[in-house]
Amino acid sequence: MVVANMTDFNADNMKMRAQLKVDGMTEVKVLISHPMETGRKKDDFDQLIPAHFVQLLTATLNGKTVLEAQWGTGISKNPYLTFRLKGAEVGDIVSVTWHDNLGKTATQHIAVTQA
Amino acid sequence: MSENSMQRRNFLQLLAGVFALVLIKPINAFAAIWNKTAFEAIKLNEVSNYLNVEVEIVSQDIIIMAPEQAENGAIVQIEVTSNIANTETMAILVENNPTPLIAHFTFSNGAQSYIVTRIKMAETSDIKVLVKVGDQYFSNTKNVIVLENGCG
Repeated sequence: MVVANMTDFNADNMKMRAQLKVDGMTEVKVLISHPMETGRKKDDFDQLIPAHFVQLLTATLNGKTVLEAQWGTGISKNPYLTFRLKGAEVGDIVSVTWHDNLGKTATQHIAVTQA
Repeated sequence: MSENSMQRRNFLQLLAGVFALVLIKPINAFAAIWNKTAFEAIKLNEVSNYLNVEVEIVSQDIIIMAPEQAENGAIVQIEVTSNIANTETMAILVENNPTPLIAHFTFSNGAQSYIVTRIKMAETSDIKVLVKVGDQYFSNTKNVIVLENGCG
């Protein structure tokens, strides 16, 4: 399995689930640990906290791109995302990779399971 | 100033330069994909311009599920569905946020035009969803009352 070599965050920073539902849709849920700092908030010493947020997120199904997301600072801390795929089967591999504005990145893979 | 301290200054400047390069490089690598101007725009119509939207058609086939009232603007969960066939992209905007563009999704290879995510809302505002279908754009809005702002 391919793992991004720039990974600064381990897999524990991302939680994923991909479940094939009875209607044939696969529902993928992703939870990422990330501060999502806007760059407008001040710390206890009245200093601006620099912006630090996920800018890009890509999801693939068996290596084929299914979702490309661009995010701004308006996504909540510890980003949460659900999306749906048609045509996925049990055992197919869903991968999600994110990149933030400071060059950090992480990737997680998960197999589709029956709901 | 002694020659020694000059050398040290030069060295520190060089070091700072190297650090800056290391920091900037990965950002540049993705700058082409991340729509900087659209995400940094502070007005709703500017965002539309940067997304190359000319005409928006209001459509009830875009369904925005969000709370009528949000207790905490830092986390507002929204569910967005576009029932318009061949929806290619979906953008989520919050009109009264300091930067209105929140997210832009592109669907392909069987991904449905359906997203659930959590967003920040600085104050009571319309949430606008903008959908691209071929060379046409459709939009719909939903107002959310925010009791405590969440744009820290």
